[in-house]
Amino acid sequence: MAIDQATVRKVANLARIRVSDEQVANLEGELNQILEFVEQLSEVNTDGVAPLTSAVEMTQPLRADVVNDGGYADQIVKNAPASDDGFFLVPKVIE
Amino acid sequence: MSDLTNLTLSDARQKLRNKDITAVELAEAHIDAMAQTKGLNAYILNTEEKAIKMAKASDAKLAKGEGGILEGIPVGVKDLFCTKDVRTTASSKILGDFTPTYESTVTANMWADGAVLLGKLNCDEFAMGSSNETSFFGAVVNPWQRQGDDAQLVPGGSSGGSASAVAARACIAATATDTGGSIRQPAAFTGTVGLKPTYGRCSRWGTVAFASSLDQAGPITRSVRDAAIMLESMASYDVKDSTSVNVAVPAYEKALTGDIKGLKIGIPKEFQVDGMPAEIQALWEQGIEWLKAAGAEIHQVSLPHTKYALPAYYIVAPAEASSNLARYDGVRYGLRVAGDNIDEQYSNSRAEGFGEEVQRRILIGTYVLSAGYYDAYYKKAQRVRTLIKQDFDKAYAKVDLMLTPTTPTAAFGIGENIGDPLTMYLNDIFTVSVNMAGLPGISIPAGISANGLPLGLQLIGKPFDEETLLRTADVMEQAANFTALPQLMAK
Repeated sequence: MAIDQATVRKVANLARIRVSDEQVANLEGELNQILEFVEQLSEVNTDGVAPLTSAVEMTQPLRADVVNDGGYADQIVKNAPASDDGFFLVPKVIE
Repeated sequence: MSDLTNLTLSDARQKLRNKDITAVELAEAHIDAMAQTKGLNAYILNTEEKAIKMAKASDAKLAKGEGGILEGIPVGVKDLFCTKDVRTTASSKILGDFTPTYESTVTANMWADGAVLLGKLNCDEFAMGSSNETSFFGAVVNPWQRQGDDAQLVPGGSSGGSASAVAARACIAATATDTGGSIRQPAAFTGTVGLKPTYGRCSRWGTVAFASSLDQAGPITRSVRDAAIMLESMASYDVKDSTSVNVAVPAYEKALTGDIKGLKIGIPKEFQVDGMPAEIQALWEQGIEWLKAAGAEIHQVSLPHTKYALPAYYIVAPAEASSNLARYDGVRYGLRVAGDNIDEQYSNSRAEGFGEEVQRRILIGTYVLSAGYYDAYYKKAQRVRTLIKQDFDKAYAKVDLMLTPTTPTAAFGIGENIGDPLTMYLNDIFTVSVNMAGLPGISIPAGISANGLPLGLQLIGKPFDEETLLRTADVMEQAANFTALPQLMAK
């Protein structure tokens, strides 16, 4: 399943990473090299094998469905590049 | 070298308790060592003022005969652990001057036990790398050099700063993290001890995430005993991490009895890879002899899916990384690069904020998770992961531990492999299955290569049996009697 430059651009767009034409050409080669390497997994018969969901056997812990955290918006926005009155500022998203 | 910076953690602890030395003296000696070894680029933030303050508080406690198990011990912290009011970057440009308003559970445990923070340690960007060359702050230098050659070598990665600083005597111990070998491989490259605990043993809360189903924190130290003491402090059950496992934390140091008679050690034949250097093979055989001499039984075991661990890892880890790193969007923290609209702002911020290797892995991860490929790649890899884990389960019905080399080679030169991602990935060939199966593993310095560099042996344990792992590592450490010192350490 080799990927071409159009796929590299599509994936870069999905990942929201701007890529230059030169990078696309390099990435095409590098990503295909990695995909070729992982291709050997197709040799493994995995019929009837369940995908691993947890490396350690455990049951998912549950907690009471109550609000037990929060109330410190000032700390949440403290590292924001732009904020106002406890809100993150972003460019206009609604036309 | 200064007597104070050459102390192991356990020796320093004894001297502090006996009041032969003070925590402030110990901190000052290490601050001096940090300055002397600045050229290694192991630290990316020096917190010496904070260190002195913390050391004074430790001295006050020690004077009253109080204090925790790390009281007054100066440590370095990999810059993946969030430290309250102390800049945390994951060695990435995208986090900029991010200064957490909270403390990671692992470091909070250590401060509660009296540890003293010397500074934040360099690592591969978001822990993605095996040579510590992908850091935004530049490569870390290994304090070891080849015989008769002053070329700069890599310390391994991703916890290269942690390993380099511990080896160079610029801290007594350091925190590190291991996703595919990032504690054990740098430990092997620097002649230090690196312990990766069972998945779920140390809380991941407040540690910058790379691949959440694989990431695990652990210590790098200069002795197995020190690793036991560090783990006892770092490990805890934490309700803030839903994968943290509620198992009591034993007094690991008490497990170091020196007695491994009758213990069954497995030698996985699939780790005998083609083209393995003769000196690595010889070291492995030497390790077997040490364990036999101590009364352990050696058994051949088979882990048939070993060769698929690395390719499966290079699907699972990038997939999880692409999801985890979606949060770096230039909105909530870190670097923001403006664009004409919000999508462009995201793309610009992420293009300028992430380095090449991180971008590569995000793109691979995005691809394998994208519509139409999810089953063929991600689900397939997770099925293979089940088979890898079953291999270990079957082997552990017969043996208590396994012994393997830690790495296929000794440390290599800075710049030698950076242009070739696949060759770089092969560094983790002996360490990565341990992460895929969630097991504990430890690397101890066991020998010296023909060109004068340290080589490590790895022990792999059963889940949550770090005690047997440490006990056996302690016995091997005594047999190996590794006393060689790196060239570029603090004087």
